Amino acid sequence: MATRALINIPKGARRGDIIEIKTLLSHPMETGFRTGTDGQLVPRDIIEKFVCTYNGEVVFSADLHPSVTANPFISFTTVAMESGALVFAWTDNHGKTQVQTARIDVA
Amino acid sequence: MNDAQGRGLTRRSALAASAGAMCFAFASPVRATPDKMQDVIKAFTGGKPVTEGRVTFEITLLVENGNSVPLSVQVESPMKARDHVTRIGIFNEKNPLPDVAIFHLTPRCGRAQVATRMRLNDSQMITAIAEMSDGTFWSATSEVIVTLPACVED
Repeated sequence: MATRALINIPKGARRGDIIEIKTLLSHPMETGFRTGTDGQLVPRDIIEKFVCTYNGEVVFSADLHPSVTANPFISFTTVAMESGALVFAWTDNHGKTQVQTARIDVA
Repeated sequence: MNDAQGRGLTRRSALAASAGAMCFAFASPVRATPDKMQDVIKAFTGGKPVTEGRVTFEITLLVENGNSVPLSVQVESPMKARDHVTRIGIFNEKNPLPDVAIFHLTPRCGRAQVATRMRLNDSQMITAIAEMSDGTFWSATSEVIVTLPACVED
């Protein structure tokens, strides 16, 4: 399920700043309620879990349901503590996970 | 003219009053909501009471395209270890499933503020509920009118 993920975070921040993180994953979020051209239900294929860790600690996570749009967009905030890695993981209903990492420099 | 004012109830004031009553009916939380959404909310809160307030729900009131509706939720909270928002749940009443998303927050978030985009199958009430670290639940509800629903094209 390697698809494109867009992560938007500030390049640099001062310690203690609250930074906004925007994420968008290219994914159909197929609800499992639609019928295809052959009259059969299109099988469900959705992202169920989103987790953001900051230097190994979970700071934010989300459970998503089929009501979330295709190409799920999630925005949240975190406190800039130290320079390091923000790791974003999206897991679909088949258990496959896509991981994307972003670096943050904290002055 | 003087007669009409003297009676206290003019055509204009009667119309204004009925319009006001309609607005009130829409904004009132006692409006009947589908049972499925209430069941899911009960599962989310564990049956605890939910108070209206502390949650700000931003969503367009008139949506042209139900396939992608931006929404954001903000909760009044200091987001410190002893007092923070632990979860924010978003629920709808007329999509096939009543759950939209549940966000798990930590004091490391700094602010209780999330945004996403959702599908809307029909004009309906959307509810956001926040769980605080002290175990209380707070909510905000918004009615959204959709002109082109999601899930119509195959």
